[in-house]
Amino acid sequence: MSLDKPYLDVPGTTIFDAEQSRKGYHLNQFCMSLMKAANRARFKANERAYLDEWPMLEAQKLAVLARDLNRCIALGGNIYFLAKIGATDGKSFQQMAGSMTGMSEEQYRDMMIAGGRSVEGNRVVGENGDAQANRQPQGQSKQKASA
Amino acid sequence: MAKITASVYTSHVPAIGAALDLGKSNEPYWQPVFKGYEYSRQWMKDNKPDVIFLVYNDHATAFSLDMIPTFAIGCAESFTPADEGWGPRPVPVVQGHPELAAHIAQSVIQQDFDLTIVNKMDVDHGLTVPLSLMCGQPEAWPCPVIPFAVNVVQYPVPSGRRCFELGKAIRRAVESYDQPLNVQIWGTGGMSHQLQGPRAGLINKEFDNAFLDRLIADPEGQASMPHIDYVREAGSEGIELVMWLIARGAMADVAGGPAPKVAHRFYHVPASNTAVGHLILENT
Repeated sequence: MSLDKPYLDVPGTTIFDAEQSRKGYHLNQFCMSLMKAANRARFKANERAYLDEWPMLEAQKLAVLARDLNRCIALGGNIYFLAKIGATDGKSFQQMAGSMTGMSEEQYRDMMIAGGRSVEGNRVVGENGDAQANRQPQGQSKQKASA
Repeated sequence: MAKITASVYTSHVPAIGAALDLGKSNEPYWQPVFKGYEYSRQWMKDNKPDVIFLVYNDHATAFSLDMIPTFAIGCAESFTPADEGWGPRPVPVVQGHPELAAHIAQSVIQQDFDLTIVNKMDVDHGLTVPLSLMCGQPEAWPCPVIPFAVNVVQYPVPSGRRCFELGKAIRRAVESYDQPLNVQIWGTGGMSHQLQGPRAGLINKEFDNAFLDRLIADPEGQASMPHIDYVREAGSEGIELVMWLIARGAMADVAGGPAPKVAHRFYHVPASNTAVGHLILENT
């Protein structure tokens, strides 16, 4: 019998379930290690060497090195774990969340001050909201991509 | 006999803690947030409890992926504010109440909820930000706190229904304790927010305000809402709101008592990525 996963059709969203958690175990545990100041210093001194101490997939390591949080999440990362990388880089949660939308820091901040992203068109895959796949990336990156 | 006198509900956005710690609470961005808690800080002074039973979630701090308890009760003498990667928050150590915590653990497990008992644990912003919002920046927190951590990070998280039933069991456990303690139960997290993917930044004021209305007037009905409705309407991290149902389930009206008094209600967008919601309900 298949499992009940009614959340697979929410656009722009990856639910961290038992399957994602299994894929991302080592990636997320690497992130946990950054809660110690000594490990943060060692990671910053040589990121690649530090990552190579962990039995992570090469794709996971490359996603971390690129700070591509969407890719990290697709490969089993969870935002609360990945936030430790952002903390190591001196980034706020808002900067991290914004980085996944393609918007500039300022654009994302302005969206939040204006009341946040609307749920209209963003409930189910196939609607017309700004979080839908065919409308990525958003903001500045989109303008650059089309220029 | 110990008694639950009131329940408090609040978001626990980490940036709120950072704003306080860095002295930014008077900046125009943060002023409206802290203004919404002015009443609450006075209320805490006027209604100082003996113990706070604080329902929150750990954000990959005390619990890595090595162990993922669904419900964990902190039974230690004290709990140290964690280094979440930015360095520990400069807030007081949290004193526990091991006697009441152990009593509640025994009683609630006998009521068929499988709690994980934790005798050593650091606490993150999920627990310390609500204390800061309600108590300001004191030298020591006003009373002992029993941390109660709920897994809302890895799906499936406990259902609203189960959280509500758990609240009822916690009320029975508190009321079977011999000492005459004044206990508050706090439910934290939420409101609408999503921290991941192209849908990051989602806020749904209509959903949040309907949730507040229903939490007050029809908690039983709210408890029947499935997870997917929270995810779709309030964002992937909006699921934290199920924790509010634990606190609500512990109120007297759920067990046939009078309806609670709404002492305070506040809602504001945004704090960083998140909608801030806050309620104080008093048993009358």
